[in-house]
Amino acid sequence: MAASPKLTVSVWRGMESGRFQAFEVPRLESQTVLDVVTYIQRHLDPTLAYRFACRVGMCGSCAMTVNGQARWTCRTHVDKVAAHDRLEVAPLHNLPVVRDLVTDMSPFFDKWARAHGRFRGTRTREDDFARVPPDAPQRLLADAAIECIGCGVCYSSCDIVAWNPDYLGPAALNRAWTLVNDVRDGGNRERLAAIAGDAGCHACHTLMSCTERCPKQLSPTASIAGLKRAAMVAALKGGI
Amino acid sequence: MKSGFRARNHPAYWAFIVHRASGVLLALFLPLHFWALGRALQGEAGLETFLRWSDQPLVKLAETVLVLLLAAHLAGGVRLLMLEFLAWRDWQKSLLAAAAGVTLAAGLIFLLNLV
Amino acid sequence: MLAVFVLVHLATVIYAVRNGLSAAEILGRTRGNLGWAAFYALFVAAVAVHAPIGLRSVLSETFDWRGRGLELTVLATGIALALFGFRAVYAVFV
Repeated sequence: MAASPKLTVSVWRGMESGRFQAFEVPRLESQTVLDVVTYIQRHLDPTLAYRFACRVGMCGSCAMTVNGQARWTCRTHVDKVAAHDRLEVAPLHNLPVVRDLVTDMSPFFDKWARAHGRFRGTRTREDDFARVPPDAPQRLLADAAIECIGCGVCYSSCDIVAWNPDYLGPAALNRAWTLVNDVRDGGNRERLAAIAGDAGCHACHTLMSCTERCPKQLSPTASIAGLKRAAMVAALKGGI
Repeated sequence: MKSGFRARNHPAYWAFIVHRASGVLLALFLPLHFWALGRALQGEAGLETFLRWSDQPLVKLAETVLVLLLAAHLAGGVRLLMLEFLAWRDWQKSLLAAAAGVTLAAGLIFLLNLV
Repeated sequence: MLAVFVLVHLATVIYAVRNGLSAAEILGRTRGNLGWAAFYALFVAAVAVHAPIGLRSVLSETFDWRGRGLELTVLATGIALALFGFRAVYAVFV
C-alpha cells in the first residue's frame, strides 16, 4: 500500500465549545474510522469519550461527523475518507454534545415519540394473525423504509432541523411513514395530525441531505413526500 | 454543532440554493417590474421613456439574468412537484439535469431573440 | 397552475423582445384586451400568494424570524404585491 504509515487525526474535545486535538495514529490496512478512535482512546488518551456497540453496522450508536459528513464510523474505511492521510472526527451535528464525540440523542428520539412512531395495534391476543401479503402495495412502501436503525446520521445532516429546532426530522417522519403503511395500525388519524404541522412533513424542502447520507441507502425524502401526500389527502377529506 | 459546506455539497442541495436564491431575487424584482408597467398610467410616453432607458446593454444583460432566474425557479419548482407528487423513483438526478437544461435553454433563446 | 402562467409569460417575453420593445407595440396589444388582462390578473393573484409563502420560509429559516411580526409582514407583502400588480395590469389595459 502506498499510504504513509501515519495518520493525522483531529478529534473534537470538549462540549459545545471546545477545540480539535491532533493525534498521530498508525495507518493500517482495512482500518475503519472507529478503529482509529478506539486506538486513540486505548493508547494515546484514555479520557476520550465516544460511543459504539456492535462494530458491524447494526446498532447505530457509533455515528460521528467524519471530515464534515455524518457517517457510521464502524463501516467507514479510512481508505475511503482520509485524503492526504488526514482525518477530522467530530460529534454529530444538530444534537447537544455530551462530551468529545458523544451526543445526547434524547431530542432525536423524543421526536420519534412526537411523530407517533409507536405501533398502535387494533387486535388482541385472542384474534388471529393479521395477514399482510409480501407484495401488497402498502407492504412494499413500508418495506422500502423499514430498515432504519435510528443512528441519527440523517438528522445530523438535515438543515431544516438546524433552522427549525422543532422540526421532527427525517428519521422520525420516515418511521411515521412505515406505520402509515402498516395495515394493522390503528393510530393514523392522530399520527397524520401530529406530522402535518409546521414542524412536520411540510417543513421539508427536499434538500435530500438525509437521502444522500443515509448509510442504509434509505430515502427519508421519499417517505416525507409520501407523508405530504397522505396529510394533504387527509386534510382535504377533513380527516385531520 | 452545526454542519458546514462539506455536509451540504451534493446536487440536490445546489438545486435548493438556486431555487431559494432565484425566488428571493424574483420577489425583489417584482415591485420594480410593476412600477415600470405602471408608468403607462401616464400615457404611452411614460412607458416609452422607460423602455428606451432599458435599451442599454447592461440592462439587457440584467434582463437575461432575470429570465434565467425565472426559468430556473420554474424548472426547479416543477422538479419538486414531480418528486413529491408522482410515485417516487430513482430519477432525482436526471430530473435535476432536465431542470438545469430547461433553464439554460430558456436563457439562451431569450438572449438570441434579444440581440 | 403557476407553472402554466410562468411558461406562457416566458414565451410571451421571448416573443415580445424579438424586434425590440416599444410602448406603442406593447400597449397596442394589451389595451382593451380582456383575455390578456384576465390572464395577468390571475397571474398576479397567484404570485401574490406564492411569493409571501416563500419569503416566510426564508425569513424564518435563514433569518430566524418567527411569530406574529413575521406573519403580519408577509401578509402585508402579499397584499402590497397584489395591489401593485393589479395596478400594473390596469395601467397597460386602459
